[in-house]
Formats: sequence, structure tokens, C-alpha cells
Amino acid sequence: MKILVCMKQVPQKDAPLKLNESGAWIREDVSYEVNEPDAYALEEALRQKEKHGGEVVVITSGPARAQQVLREALAKGADRAIHLEDNAFVGLDALNTGRAFAAAIKDETFDLIFTGLQSDDYGYAQTGVVLAELLGWPHATIIMQIEKSDAGIRVKRELEAGFFQFVDMPLPAVLTIQSGINKLRYATLIGIKQAKNKPLRKVAMAEVQSAVTGNLQKIERLYVPLKTKNTEFLEGPAGEVARKLVDKLRNEVRVL
Amino acid sequence: MSDSILVVVEQREGKLNRVSWETLTAGQALAAETGWTLEAAIVGSAVADLGNEVAAKKVAKVYAVESPNLEPYTPDAFSAALKQFIESKQPKLMLMPHTYQVRDFIPKLATAMGRTAITDCIGYKKEGGKLLFTRQMFQGKLAADVSFSCDAPWFVTFQNGAFRGDKAEAGASAAPVETVNVQLADGVIRNKPQEVFKEAKQAVDLTQAEIIVSVGRGIKEQKNIELAKQLAEALGGELAASRPICDSGWLPMDRQIGSSGQTVAPKLYLALGISGAIQHIVGMKGSRTIIAINKDSEAPIFEIADYAVVGNLFDIVPPLIEEVKKAKAGS
Repeated sequence: MKILVCMKQVPQKDAPLKLNESGAWIREDVSYEVNEPDAYALEEALRQKEKHGGEVVVITSGPARAQQVLREALAKGADRAIHLEDNAFVGLDALNTGRAFAAAIKDETFDLIFTGLQSDDYGYAQTGVVLAELLGWPHATIIMQIEKSDAGIRVKRELEAGFFQFVDMPLPAVLTIQSGINKLRYATLIGIKQAKNKPLRKVAMAEVQSAVTGNLQKIERLYVPLKTKNTEFLEGPAGEVARKLVDKLRNEVRVL
Repeated sequence: MSDSILVVVEQREGKLNRVSWETLTAGQALAAETGWTLEAAIVGSAVADLGNEVAAKKVAKVYAVESPNLEPYTPDAFSAALKQFIESKQPKLMLMPHTYQVRDFIPKLATAMGRTAITDCIGYKKEGGKLLFTRQMFQGKLAADVSFSCDAPWFVTFQNGAFRGDKAEAGASAAPVETVNVQLADGVIRNKPQEVFKEAKQAVDLTQAEIIVSVGRGIKEQKNIELAKQLAEALGGELAASRPICDSGWLPMDRQIGSSGQTVAPKLYLALGISGAIQHIVGMKGSRTIIAINKDSEAPIFEIADYAVVGNLFDIVPPLIEEVKKAKAGS
């Protein structure tokens, strides 16, 4: 199975975010990490390779710092990496990111393409499905299980409220992977060493420029959300806070 | 032809998904704001009856977009059917609820039409004749106002709970329902979906609980859940969790609150070590009273909490259990 995993680098979960001067993005002087659903997508690809043989290729678009995500993926067992590295890739909408990826992989023949179901920074949940349409491939989203079948694959799609659905699909296909599909592995020291020698191909914007247009949507402004709730903060030493809470539970919430 | 807003109402296996009423409320508000015509569409195999349900609301017209190939749902069929419909009727703005089904096909449909979708929106603004759609970014830490830089049709999905379904206005009389038959060529549909099923045996129905004590990653280890359990017991409530706790197997899936689990609105929701990621918040933001304990003062959960404690839950919960027991003992 030849599998491509699309990965994104996002600000760390507990990174304090500040708006930049334009007010349309954040200041980039924060710590970054791999988008968590993408880590699950990578893990799933590695497990499929372990089961069925093949190759796992990882791809990301982003500035130089995004290479870290690729290095970690190679250390965990991915075979090679593609980095669309150009500041012009930053802030591309899902449609143009999909177009750039499709152009970058036009000479490859993958059986499967995985993405995380959504990113923790934008949270649009679109790039995988966009890519499937651009490639003319079938797709399924929010996937919790993948099994090889005679006709291709059988996937388990997660629905709301604890419901699921199996779907039979032909290959090649795009799947967006749900967090919790598996347990993430750690990179080993050997893996980290081996990663240094694995191929990492850089793609500049010029190479895929003809596929990409200006964004079809625009973030006009970013801001700290307007609070609609009047939150009362309870302070003091633990014992005092506990008493204040019970006070609220008795007199305001009326559950005691 | 005047500009129109089209609300695509969701049905699954012949039943209307009630979250669609929220989208209709949004559509009515946008129609009032812009002066555009509001219409609705329902997509499926034999959905004219469901169309009649929608026609009772205040809309100019309802379309039943039909083909036998639209049951069961597949993204190929829904995308192809709606593309045909949109090319013929040319709505300016398409609104949908941000359900797992809509997420499955809307980026495909938008891309097939050379357009884009602004998804998971929590509201809208009209500024100088331009429509802006508000959505949460960075798991709720920041909000963004987003506009379209392309021609119509424009695609927007709204988050569960962003609008009130019960505020969807009824129409003075039933709107006309028009059946539109769409042709789907052989070979368009590539996925073969099987029956929808529920996996976990539901031992507990959290939607019936008046008091819920919920744990997130801040609980750190499985053995610490015992502390939350004691608090739940002291309060006479149920134990619940955010997704990562259930993924780790620390609590069964039927304890999960969020977009993939249960949506609850108890009298009291006590969130311990839960950051407030969007996927969790959509499952509990309707709770009457929300109390959050988290050591991160920037945690998005604090935006919706009624009472907040920025602190270490392991310092606070033990004395809290004692105080609750004391209060219940009548002291």
C-alpha cells in the first residue's frame, strides 16, 4: 500500500496566542506541534504499512519550521517527505492548499491519502475532501477503522451520538482520520537517527504556481471572542474555594 | 430573479435532522437582513413529505431534490445532485448545519463548483454591504470574521447551537413544495455504505442526568478518575468525559460528551481539567450552570463557565467532596 499522509504544524495547544499588527493573524512567536488528528493519520498509515507492506510518504505545506513535523514523521517510520516550503503557502485556503498538494504529487501513484479530520488551528475540516474532489477520487471522513477488502477497503465511519457506519470503497481513495483511531507510537532513537537519511523533497511555490489562485475567502479580522457569559471567578486557598463552590451549589444552582 | 438564500435541510433515513431548524432560523435572520428570498431544499429519495414539514415554516418555497440514488447518503450522490440543482436555480447563499454528513460532502460540492465553504460558523455580520461569517479558531481561543472573495454561490455551515431551532418562524400559510428530479449517471457513486449502527451498549443515558461531573485531559491518569467519581457520587450525579479520556479507554464511550458522543443540557455541568475544545463544547454548552476547574487561565472553557476556578483540580476537588458531603448531611 502506498500511502500519503498530509500533515500540518499548528500552534501548541496551550500556547498563549497574541494578535499580530494586521489583526488578521497571530504572532508567530509561539511553540508549534503536529496537528493531533494528523498524528493519528500518520500512525494509521504506519500500521497499514506494517500489515500490508508498502510505503508511507508525508507531506506538509508551511514555512521552514514545519519541517519539524516531517522529521518526526520520518523518525516514526515514514519513508520519505515532501515539504511545500515557501512563505506564499502560509495562509492558503483549503481549496488552494488542496490544489498545491495535488500538483506536488502529480507524478506519484498513491493507493490511499490520509489527512486528519480537521486542523486544530483553522478547524475547517475540508482539505482532505477538497483534495479527493480535485483528484477525482472517492473519499470518506471521520474514519475510525480501515480494513483491506477484495474490492478495495472497508472503512468505519464515525457519526454523531455514538453511531457508526461501515462503507466499502474502491482504491485509490482519500480518508480523513478521527483522533483516537489508534494509540500513537513514540519515535525511537534509532528512528530519529535513520530519519536524517530519508529523502526530503522541497517544493517551491513556482513549481505549483499554475495550479493555485488567490484565496476564495478572507479572514478580515481575528479577535478575542466577545464574552456573552458573566463568569464569576472564585479565588482563594483550596479549602476556601471549596466552601465558595458549595455556597453557589446550594444557593444559586440549588442542587444541594 | 432576486438573490436567494437556500437552506439545505438535512434528513437521514427519512427523518428530518432537527438541527436543520437552527439553520432555518439563521436563514430567516439573513433574509431579513439582506432582503434576499429564503428558500429551502431537502435532498433524498422520496422526501416530498419531509418537504411539507419544512413548508410550514416561513420560507418562500421548498424544493424536494429527489433521485432513488440519493438513498442511502453518499457524498458522490449528494454533491452531484446539489451541483445540478444549484446550476439550475442559482441560489446566492447556501446554508447548512455543520453535521458530520454535511462535512462529508460540502467541501466536495464547493470544489466541484470552483467555490469555497466557510464552515462551522457561529454567527454572521453585515458590514458595508458585505456579509461576514464568524467562526472560532484555535479551538475557541480566538474568533474570526471571514468573507467570500469569490462570486456566488457561497457555502456556509453553522455550528450546532449557534442559532435556536425553536425560533424558526412559522409561515402564515404553507409554502409551495416543488419536486426536482435529478439525474445521476451510472458510476457516479463509488462508495457502498452499510447499515448505520450504535456500537456501545448504552449503559447510561447522560441526557437524563441532572448533574454531570466531567473529566478531561487535566485528570492526567486513569486512577485519578476515582476522584471525579467520588465527587459525582457525593453530588448524586453522573460521570462523563471529553473524547481523549474515552479514546484512552479510561471511561467507556457512552460517557463521552461532544460532537461524537452525547449532547447534554443538565442543571449542573462540572468540568474538571477540560480545556473546552469546540468538539466538546458543542455537546454541553446548553447546560444550565457550568462550573469549570482548570489550571490554565486561558482555557476556552472559561468563556462559557458561570463559575470558574483557575487552579489545580487535585487541590480543589478533595475539599470540595468533603464540603458537599457536609452540606448534604445538613450541617
